Amino acid sequence: MRWLKQVYNWFELRLQLEGPVGDAVLHPVPRNTASWWYVFGSAAFTLLMLQVVTGILLAIVYVPSAANAWNNLQMLNHDLPLGWFLRGMHFWGSNFMVAVVLIHMAQVFLFGAYKFPRELTWIIGVFLLLMTLGMAFTGQVMRFDQDAYWGLGIGASIMSRVPLIGGPLVHLLLGGPIIAGATLSRFFALHVFVIPGILLLCVAVHVWMVLKLGINEWPMPGRPVRRSTYIAEYHKLSHQDGLPFFPGAFWKDLIFSGAVLAAVAVCAAVFGPYGPTGVPDPAIIQTVPKPDFYFLWLYAVLAYLPPSLETPFILTVPLLTIAALVALPFLAGEGEKSWHRRPVAVLLLATIAVSFAVFTHLGTYTPWSPLMDAWSSDTVPEKFLHQLSPLERQGAVVFQAKQCRNCHSLDHVGGERGPALDDVATRLTEDQLIRQVLQGGGNMPAYGKNLSPSETTALVKFLVTLHPPGQKPATNAAGPPTAALSPPAANR
Amino acid sequence: MTDVVKEEQHITKDDPRVVSRRWLLLKLGVLINAAVGVAVAVPVVRYLLGPVKRKGAYNSWVSLGPVDQFPAGETRLATFENPDKEPWDGDTAKVPCWVRRVSGNTFQVFAINCAHLGCPVRWFPQSGLFMCPCHGGVYYADGSRASGPPERGLFEYKYRVDGNELQISAGQLPTLSTEAKNVFRVLNNEKGRGPCAG
Repeated sequence: MRWLKQVYNWFELRLQLEGPVGDAVLHPVPRNTASWWYVFGSAAFTLLMLQVVTGILLAIVYVPSAANAWNNLQMLNHDLPLGWFLRGMHFWGSNFMVAVVLIHMAQVFLFGAYKFPRELTWIIGVFLLLMTLGMAFTGQVMRFDQDAYWGLGIGASIMSRVPLIGGPLVHLLLGGPIIAGATLSRFFALHVFVIPGILLLCVAVHVWMVLKLGINEWPMPGRPVRRSTYIAEYHKLSHQDGLPFFPGAFWKDLIFSGAVLAAVAVCAAVFGPYGPTGVPDPAIIQTVPKPDFYFLWLYAVLAYLPPSLETPFILTVPLLTIAALVALPFLAGEGEKSWHRRPVAVLLLATIAVSFAVFTHLGTYTPWSPLMDAWSSDTVPEKFLHQLSPLERQGAVVFQAKQCRNCHSLDHVGGERGPALDDVATRLTEDQLIRQVLQGGGNMPAYGKNLSPSETTALVKFLVTLHPPGQKPATNAAGPPTAALSPPAANR
Repeated sequence: MTDVVKEEQHITKDDPRVVSRRWLLLKLGVLINAAVGVAVAVPVVRYLLGPVKRKGAYNSWVSLGPVDQFPAGETRLATFENPDKEPWDGDTAKVPCWVRRVSGNTFQVFAINCAHLGCPVRWFPQSGLFMCPCHGGVYYADGSRASGPPERGLFEYKYRVDGNELQISAGQLPTLSTEAKNVFRVLNNEKGRGPCAG
């Protein structure tokens, strides 16, 4: 073993790493920060390393060419031994990374760790989050399938809303006039060189500051942060009631990171890689583009914004959000760290988390979109057709043929863009139905030009039969009851 | 090693002549690097801005084929190859569009991209509507906005009929600031008459 020591000494004399590395791993941390709550930062770092390694492994095969990328991924999935597993690791690694980075951020916010003197650590962290999302979006483009193609269209359309320089921005984003080869090339450069380069640099600074400033102590109610006393207090806490980071706190980081890596591998092995979905041929328009899960909330928000608010929202809200995150440690750099004394912070976090979850959930089934094939694939349920007159049945045919079903459901089947029509007759009278069909209103297009008078009559006669058996259809309170004009309707 | 550094700092602090010469040379070095930096950066910026061209520079007349393949009163999908294309574009050089032959040589050629966020709209002849699968934008047969989040009607290409051939002026992805051609207002005023008689 003496030769080993000699080799070590030979290197140490030249590298002189023993001192700084020893300082870094043995620096004392407050005893109560060796907690399972403090493992997310290191897990995010581990996942970043996984993404770098699997990314390089994919890059030695991937062809960033619009004409070939899709076939290349098919080859990776099906022909290259375990190519599918590497793609799966990279895909699930990215999902886990976005999730872990968000959890890490929520934990740091909840524990008040962004306060003095860790303001800059938080700000760099905000940019790390943005770059993680940038990696997620550019990574989605690497798949170069239908979702990637139309996702780029959405990106370009968002860019085009910037006043004055919108047009040049679109061309810069796409690398040319349309989404094509040049677009993939520049997104490849962004995904493998530009963003990872900046990301790794920022991670180095982030970790450096964590080592220099120490890990945030466990927040205690009634122990507020003051700029004048904090550093001395923290020093006392970490040196008098502290323990060396290695192995005191490190073993938990190690186990959690291992568990996360194992979870990524299990997901990759069980669920496999995602996509590529349809071939990126713009002429195939029978597609329903959707972003990956981390952008579903945005996809949902963009559906719900009123048209007049959309451009102002897109142009200001992201910038204001980033500004607010950057300003946070300056506005609340001192004071209580404990969540027991920060009700606004807790409520804010809960609201954001619930909104994120709700919008993401809505994004998974897009109730705002017409169901493109409902009119031809979902028949009118039989129970709505019992004992109908020939005219009313003709109306049911019109109802299907005119694609009403794409937006309106019957018996929970069909689009959800408009209201379900199972009991529409209890809400609208016959006259109101005619008006609504012909003139539209709310979110409904006017069908006046696309329905002949006889089709309109048949359709409305069918619609007035849509009410529960025991419930009377709506009547006009002002005029004579329309029921007198209708055929016996409550006969289902 | 550290002793040497300390000694040098010691000298620079004490001797005003050495200080001024060293600092002058350092400033000269910075100046040279700044000049070279600018000289290198300008071409890089120009290179990066390569795809940005003046308005309309990407557009040219593209054929959609003989007019006979578009029956009057119907709206059909047509596909053309973008005039600005490279061999490595593959399928993505293709651009689809909706051609509506109003009557005779009067056409409307709509971009496939929804005016909201660019998703491909689909034509439903039965109900005479274009519907977008992404956020539920709906347009009437003449391209005007019917409902949903779009703030305007479908983008329209400028067209002309050359002999028996339908041609459109195309070349870039239509978005709110890189429109195919905003003729919708004109069409409305002229009650459906095409802006260019062909």
